Amino acid sequence: MQNVVFPNKILPYFLVAPQIVLTVIFFFWPASQALYQSAMREDPFGLRSAFVGLSNFQAIFTDPNYLHALQVTLVFSVATAAVAMGTALFLATAADLVVRGRGFYRTFLIIPYAVAPAVAGMLWLFMFNPAMGTFAYLLRRNGILWDPLLDGNQAMTLVVAAAAWKQISYNFLFFVAGLQAIPKSLLEAAAIDGARGARRFWTIVFPLLAPTTFFLLVVNTVYAFFDTFGIIHAVTGGGPAKATETLVYKVYNDGFVNLNLGSSAAQSVVLMIIVIALTAFQFRFVEKKVHYG
Amino acid sequence: MSTKIIAASAAAASMSLFWASSALAVTELQWWHAMTGANNEVVDTLAKEFNETQSDYKIVPVFKGTYPETLNAGIAAFRAKQTPAIIQVFDVGTGVMMSAEGAVMPVAEVLQKGGYTFDKANYLAGIVAYYSKPDGTMLSFPYNSSSPILYYNKDIFQKAGLDAENPPKTWPEVWEAARKIKTSGAAECGYTSTWLTWIQTENFAAWNNLSYANNENGLADTDVELQFNSPQFVEHFQSIADLAKDGVFRYGGRTSEAKNLFLSGECAILTESSGGLGDIVKSGMNYGIGQLPYYEGDGRPQNTIPGGASLWVFGGKSDEEYKGIAEFFNFLSQTQIQARLHQVSGYLPVTMEAYNATKESGFYEKNPGRETPIQQMMGKEPTENSKGVRLVNLPQVRDILNEEFEAMLAGQQDAKAALDKAVERGNAAIQQALGN
Repeated sequence: MQNVVFPNKILPYFLVAPQIVLTVIFFFWPASQALYQSAMREDPFGLRSAFVGLSNFQAIFTDPNYLHALQVTLVFSVATAAVAMGTALFLATAADLVVRGRGFYRTFLIIPYAVAPAVAGMLWLFMFNPAMGTFAYLLRRNGILWDPLLDGNQAMTLVVAAAAWKQISYNFLFFVAGLQAIPKSLLEAAAIDGARGARRFWTIVFPLLAPTTFFLLVVNTVYAFFDTFGIIHAVTGGGPAKATETLVYKVYNDGFVNLNLGSSAAQSVVLMIIVIALTAFQFRFVEKKVHYG
Repeated sequence: MSTKIIAASAAAASMSLFWASSALAVTELQWWHAMTGANNEVVDTLAKEFNETQSDYKIVPVFKGTYPETLNAGIAAFRAKQTPAIIQVFDVGTGVMMSAEGAVMPVAEVLQKGGYTFDKANYLAGIVAYYSKPDGTMLSFPYNSSSPILYYNKDIFQKAGLDAENPPKTWPEVWEAARKIKTSGAAECGYTSTWLTWIQTENFAAWNNLSYANNENGLADTDVELQFNSPQFVEHFQSIADLAKDGVFRYGGRTSEAKNLFLSGECAILTESSGGLGDIVKSGMNYGIGQLPYYEGDGRPQNTIPGGASLWVFGGKSDEEYKGIAEFFNFLSQTQIQARLHQVSGYLPVTMEAYNATKESGFYEKNPGRETPIQQMMGKEPTENSKGVRLVNLPQVRDILNEEFEAMLAGQQDAKAALDKAVERGNAAIQQALGN
């Protein structure tokens, strides 16, 4: 690659300035505030505060509830990513086979992506809330003890379903694009060699989709980690008994409900480190090592 | 075409200028609240009525979510120096607000600024005591005070062969009635309760004269140790856990969600705030009211403690704003307003006059059971166990209790383990909040 030298010294800075300003205001400023808060202990109103060094971090890593939230987050993320990607891949391969009305199916499968997380949560809550949900009523009628207000596993199933449902559309789009990029000649050659549908899928389509799958895995993990607050807040509120309290939800709960700002800030710093690590991972392996086509 | 657009937008601009300038004449006072359903309508009506009585001030009610969300919105607003004039803070947030000395203006001072005086003698003693500092300064204006009572579905009672005119009085009677309702098939669930923390722990302690925490449940000193794992509590919660296992008790959620289970006719007995009455009346069901059940014992039942919320005023406002707030509080404490608030919403009247006026109007004879929450709270001189509960972080302690209750109701632990763990975790959280 060639190094490009701009003749004008000021213009480049001027052109990147808006982006720099946005990053400073919306990332560096809040991040520095979080770092500062994480080393302080303060009352809710900010009337008295004291510097406590790293003791907030020490406290969270020895707190069994924090480790529990970490475990919940891992279960939730893996389940959400697996369900969202598995379903999307199935739908994408199915949509690829449809000849008539292909555009129609695709458009309708993409719609859930436009739904806000909190709204998606409410939709699922209305269907499955034990006090008023239609499906909850049907389940109970059929002898299934459906009570996500008390049963942690059912609550987890519900939030995973809601979170995955919303993400399927996004994954679907990428898988459809990925499928279209696979040269038809390869599949035809395999078919001539006598490979049937399932075999063609696993030996040709799936490996060729790997870059897409890998990219989506990272995106879905980030989504499950950080963008599902609205769903969890609307559906379970982290309950029952912390069964669906993810790391992000715990930041909110400790900071805004329990008003323990120091601990909450320390937790958000840990989350920040996780995001930076995930992003670095994506840049290093997804963007550089995997070649498309 | 373009000239038309210009004309239209010019007209719109001048209209908005006109509105802006006319809005400057009145002082706008935001009232952040957490009232939903029928009670939200009451808030809007009150603001509208006040705004119509005068033209200097305009109360603007803003719904801020649940009680905890409203409190947090207020705290965030304080930190951002964007506070509303008035904020409704629920009972358990009282300790949080009290610790914020300097952030709030005591209600007595606010009234003085408007040329009024706050006469404690006019207000119900139990309520005044709860919202005052240990030295007696009244900090907030009691708006909606409530007391937990028992509601029951008369139709289901009849179906199950129970006496629909005599609701169960003690907890063992409730369990028995609930089991009968379930086994007779009159309803899917016998008993449910909103607010397991407020009703089954804090009020349970006061009503049965048991200690919730030492130091008068935190009213005498902020450094307290929780004591709600004593045998009577364990027995009570074990009964609930056993009923839950048999499907006789149904859990609705941490706050007032269980009311829906009662409104839909799935559960026949409900313990809920008297403030929940509005929605129950609105549903048109055939309901009855009984007093909060208790366990038989010496001198029981004692008295219940006030729940609900009060109105707090932030510091650092202009004199003009304080005058407006004082006017509004004065408007709110009028006997006719208080009496109506009480009769429509089920919240307790906060002034003696409003109580007497309601009594004289014959309201209680026409609406049997509606005096129950007042009698429960005022019936007896409070003991050190029944003046109220005040912790620096009661919302957090309630969260801990809710988590342990949920694990207990799901069958993961028994009542003893749940309460022991809640006490241990709660004590640790209190020490942390105190900065020790």
